[in-house]
Amino acid sequence: MKIAVCLKQVPSTDTRIKIAPDGKRIDPAGVTFVTNPYDEFALEEAIRLKEAKGGEVVVLSAGGQGAVAALRNALAVGADSAVLLKTDADPDALAVARLLADEIGGKGYDLVLCGKQAVDDDAAQVGPMLAEMLDLPCATVVVKLELTEGKARATREIEGGVEIVEMPLPAVIAAQKGLNEPRYASLKGIMAAKKKPVEEKAASAAAAKVEIVSLALPPARQAGRIVGEGAAAVPELVRVLREEAKVL
Amino acid sequence: MSILVFVEARDGKIKSNSLEAVSEARRLADEGSLGEVFAVVPGSKGEGAAALGAYGADRVWTVDHELVARYQPESFVACVLEAVKKSSAQVVLFPASAMGRDLAPRVAGRLGAGLASDCTALDWQGGALVATRPVYAGKAISTVKIAGSPALASLRPRAFPQMERRPGTSAAVEVLGITLDASRARVRTIEVGASEGGRVDLTEAEIIVSGGRGLRGPENFHLIEELAEALGGTVGASRAVVDAGWRPHAEQVGQTGKTVSPKLYVAVGISGAIQHLAGMSSSRCIVAINKDPEAPIFKVADYGIVGDAFEIVPALTEALKGLRVGS
Repeated sequence: MKIAVCLKQVPSTDTRIKIAPDGKRIDPAGVTFVTNPYDEFALEEAIRLKEAKGGEVVVLSAGGQGAVAALRNALAVGADSAVLLKTDADPDALAVARLLADEIGGKGYDLVLCGKQAVDDDAAQVGPMLAEMLDLPCATVVVKLELTEGKARATREIEGGVEIVEMPLPAVIAAQKGLNEPRYASLKGIMAAKKKPVEEKAASAAAAKVEIVSLALPPARQAGRIVGEGAAAVPELVRVLREEAKVL
Repeated sequence: MSILVFVEARDGKIKSNSLEAVSEARRLADEGSLGEVFAVVPGSKGEGAAALGAYGADRVWTVDHELVARYQPESFVACVLEAVKKSSAQVVLFPASAMGRDLAPRVAGRLGAGLASDCTALDWQGGALVATRPVYAGKAISTVKIAGSPALASLRPRAFPQMERRPGTSAAVEVLGITLDASRARVRTIEVGASEGGRVDLTEAEIIVSGGRGLRGPENFHLIEELAEALGGTVGASRAVVDAGWRPHAEQVGQTGKTVSPKLYVAVGISGAIQHLAGMSSSRCIVAINKDPEAPIFKVADYGIVGDAFEIVPALTEALKGLRVGS
């Protein structure tokens, strides 16, 4: 089976955000960029499917040159080839979905996997947008995936529980944490990845419909006070929660 | 000119996240002179639809059809697209619930429209929708302007007030004339499973009690559950204990987990890694219980107790039970 995995490079989750002088983006100085964690679940699922059923895994990313690192890493853990849709513009989700749809459409993919959201802009849009543009069925926030006889059965997280849905292939699946346990690249994998192709294509992203006006840090929380030590402090805690905070 | 709101109904009952969205639509319509507020409610036979008038809806379209009896993405997309066409809406709002977060990008993809997800504030400025939304799980706040019409936004549950802006007013309720095509409905629900005990989801909870490494093992999480029970709250967890397999990932609070803003957040044995703080710092009141007085969690907590969670938590649970009986 032929599987496409869409990846994004993002600041690691332990990044302390600083705002750039333009007041619109983060200051990238000192930031470690990694593959979006949710995309790693998508990639791992694709590789497991390839191992179980045979086939091919192609990883794709739309973005700047930096995304090559995420693509190389994907090749090192087992993807077969990579495509960078290279754009210097800051595309919004709609523009990214359009670039990916144009690249993926008509190439005979059985399955398209992506993360449920990127941990930078937290938009959670590209997967379902891509599905609509490709006119494919789609399930988001997927924690379990089974493929049988041309169908995908996906368990997706909803408020207070899960929903199990079934759809015909090809389909788009957006991965949630819990889908699997992503592997690390082996030294052998890293060496092998050097021989695998990363195709760079100049891409022209549509103007962003969602335009960033400003980016700011949230108001800092004032540290409160220690009401006491040990179980003896419990009555005072209950009192302040009732009388000061009025939350009980 | 108008605003359209996608209203979520579960088992015929309209969800509070959608009352928040209708209330906000009315405020925007009034302040931005955007005209009427329309609502579309797939899966509704009309229960509670007229009552949306009190929150500010002028007209409500219902769709009663087996394909929309529960969430079915393609059919829901078709209903919203039809309502967009009928209303000529300039702004389309969705609750950023599980359903809304799945549906809104699909509609945006079909319309080629801009969508601001999971917004915490909206404004109409110079003929454009301007949205405030947390990014990096709340480590930063982004303000975005949406070009083109319609402009789409999903509203973070509990971030907007649910207000009866027109008490006693009934909305005009009509059936949305639409023919749904079963052959287009490719994603079919096989089963819906509730989580244990049917607890309130973290994103909807008013009170959350979260546990971390300080609990020393999964066998001690009953302390967290009992405290949550005494408070009428929901159990959360740090990434460390989820990654260790002590708790299910659905309970994880923080980046790569859930972003929450309850009335009261109690963090027990959680040191406060930056990705955890990102996900809970917008809570109204934060209580930290930790044996390390230098733990970063105390820097964001309103109230803290330093000490052994194994003594403090049961004492707190008992004190709260006494409170319930007494009040």
